[in-house]
Amino acid sequence: MTVLTIARSTFREAARDRVLYSPAVFAVLMTGAAILVGQVSIGIERQVVINLGLAAVTFFGVIVAILVGTGLVAKEIQKRTLYTVLSRPVERWQFVAGKFVGLAGTLAINGGLMGLGLLAALRYVSPGFSGADAWVLVAVYFILLQLLMVCGLALLFSTFSSPLLAGVFSFALFVLGNFAQELRDVAQSGAGWVHRLMVGATYLMPNFSAFNVAAGVAHGESIASLLILHNSIYAVTYTGMVLCAAVLAFEWRELQ
Amino acid sequence: MPVIEILGLEKTYATGLFRKQRKHALHAFTLEVYEGEVFGFLGPNGAGKTTTIKLLMGLVFPSAGSARILGLSIGDPRVHAYLGFLPEQPYFYDHLTARELLEYYAQLSGMEAKGRARRICEVLQRVGLDGSAETALRKFSKGMLQRVGLAQAILHNPRVLFLDEPMSGLDPLGRRELRLLIEELKAEGKTVFFSTHLLADAEALCDRVAVLHAGRLRGVGAVCDLIGDAGRVELVWRGRNPVAMRPLLLETHISGELVRGVVPEAAQEEAMKILRCASLPLVSLTPVRTSLEEYYLRQTQSEAPPQEVRA
Ligand SMILES: Nc1ncnc2c1ncn2[C@@H]1O[C@H](COP(=O)(O)OP(=O)(O)OP(=O)(O)O)[C@@H](O)[C@H]1O
Ligand SMILES: [Mg+2]
Repeated sequence: MTVLTIARSTFREAARDRVLYSPAVFAVLMTGAAILVGQVSIGIERQVVINLGLAAVTFFGVIVAILVGTGLVAKEIQKRTLYTVLSRPVERWQFVAGKFVGLAGTLAINGGLMGLGLLAALRYVSPGFSGADAWVLVAVYFILLQLLMVCGLALLFSTFSSPLLAGVFSFALFVLGNFAQELRDVAQSGAGWVHRLMVGATYLMPNFSAFNVAAGVAHGESIASLLILHNSIYAVTYTGMVLCAAVLAFEWRELQ
Repeated sequence: MPVIEILGLEKTYATGLFRKQRKHALHAFTLEVYEGEVFGFLGPNGAGKTTTIKLLMGLVFPSAGSARILGLSIGDPRVHAYLGFLPEQPYFYDHLTARELLEYYAQLSGMEAKGRARRICEVLQRVGLDGSAETALRKFSKGMLQRVGLAQAILHNPRVLFLDEPMSGLDPLGRRELRLLIEELKAEGKTVFFSTHLLADAEALCDRVAVLHAGRLRGVGAVCDLIGDAGRVELVWRGRNPVAMRPLLLETHISGELVRGVVPEAAQEEAMKILRCASLPLVSLTPVRTSLEEYYLRQTQSEAPPQEVRA
C-alpha cells in the first residue's frame, strides 16, 4: 500500500516534469526521418527506419531512465523532502521499492508509446502489416528491460552520491554494459588474479550483449523465444539484486 | 512513563575529505520529557538542537546511547505513526499543491480514506492556508511553507510533536496563531517538543526547557523555577540620586526626574529609609524576577562546567 502510494506520486512527479513528452518529440523525429528516407532510398527504407527507431528508443529511454532515476531520489535526499516522508510510518525499503515501481511504470509507458510511434513510421514506409513487426516490438521490449536495469543502477547510485555523480555512474555502466561480453572475453583470455578480478567485475556490470537485436530485426530475422525468456529472467534477477543493494545502501544512509 | 527518553545519546560526524576529522555535534546527555508537556529546547546556533531532533526522527543514527519515544526504540518504525515532525526550513515537493501534498502525507500516515478530505481542510484552515490550498508549493513564500510544514505535522493527529524552530519565517500574527495552536495541542494532551531562539515564546509556552550549548546539555528545569525570584527589588522615585544611596545600588537609570534603581532584597529597608530622610517621593517598588533570557545567557556564556543536570 505504502509502496503503491509512493509509486503513484513518483509517476505523477515524472509526468509533471514533462519527461513523458519525450515520446512526442520522438514521434515527430521518426515521422520526419521516415518521410525523408522514403524519398531517397529504394528498398532499404524498412531497415533504416528500424535501426534508426530502435537507436532513438534506446537514446531517449536511457536519458529518461537516468534523469528520472537519479533526479527523483538523489534530489529528495538533497532537498530534504525525505525528512517529512521518512518521519511517517514509511520504512526505507518501502521508499526505494515505491520509487522503483513508479520509475518503471514511467519508463514502460514512455517506451511503449515510442514503440507505437516506431510501428506507425514503419507502416508509413511499408504499407500493410508485416509479421516482422512483432519482432520490432520484442526489440523494444528488450530495450525496456535494459532501461529497467539502468534505472535500478541509477537508484542505487543515487542512494549514496549526488544527482550528478549518480547520473554519470549509471551512464558509464550503461555504456560498459554494451561491451560487457567483449570485456569478459578479453579478461578470460588471460590468467592470474588481475584477470580473475576483471572477470568478476564484468559479472557485476550489466551484460547487454544479448539485448541488442536491432541489426537482426532490421533484416527481418526472428527472435528465439528462448532468448526472450533468458533476457527476461536475466533482467529481473539483475534488477532485483541491484534493488537489494540500493535498499541496503539506503538503510545505512544518514540524511544530513 | 516519560514520552521521550534520551539515554546518553551522542553524535559524532565524520568530516573532511577523507572523513578523518571528527566533529562532536552532541556529547552524551540524558533527558526525559513527560506526557502532555510543552518542552522547549534552547541553545545558540550550532548547539545541536537540530541534530538531536534528527536523531529522534531516525534520519541520522546515534554514535552512542539510545532513545525511546512512547516506550519504543527510535529505530522502531511503528513509533512513527504517533509522531508529527516539522523540520527546520521545511521543503516539500514543489510540483504539488498544498492539498495534494497533505493528501499524499495522509495516505503515507495510514489515515483512512473516509475522513481524509475533511481533515485536510481542517488543518489548512488551522494554519491559515485555506485560501491557497490549490496553489503549487513552488509559488509559496517562506512563511507559507512553514505553515504547510505545521499542517503536515499535525495532520494525522499525532501524540508527540517535534517542531524545529516552528516560529521561524512567520509574521507576528502567524506567531501568535502558532502560540495558540501549541496551547491547544497541550490542552488536547499532546506532548510538544520544540526548539527555538525566541526566549519570550519559550517562557510563555513551555512547562520545562533545556539549554544546550556547543553540544552539551547545560541545564534543564521548569520555567517557573528558572525565572523565580532574583533576590532583588527595583525602586523608582522622583528627584535626584542621593549620595548615601549609591553604595547600595546594583543598577541605576535616570530619565528626566525619575530615578530607577535596583538594590538587593536585604537592602530594601535601608534604601527606603534613605529616600524618606531625603524626602524623595517613592513611585514604585517591585521585586525583580529573572527572565528566561538571563538564565539562558548564564548557561550559554559561562565557561563554567555545566550545572548538575536533572531530568
Ligand atoms: N552533516 C553534518 N556534518 C558535520 N557536522 C555537522 C553536520 N550537521 C551538523 N553538524 C554540526 O553539528 C553541530 C550542531 O548542529 P545543529 O544543526 O544541530 O545545530 P542547531 O542547534 O540546530 O543550530 P541552529 O540554531 O543554527 O539551527 C554544528 O556544529 C554543526 O556544524
Ligand atoms: Mg537547527
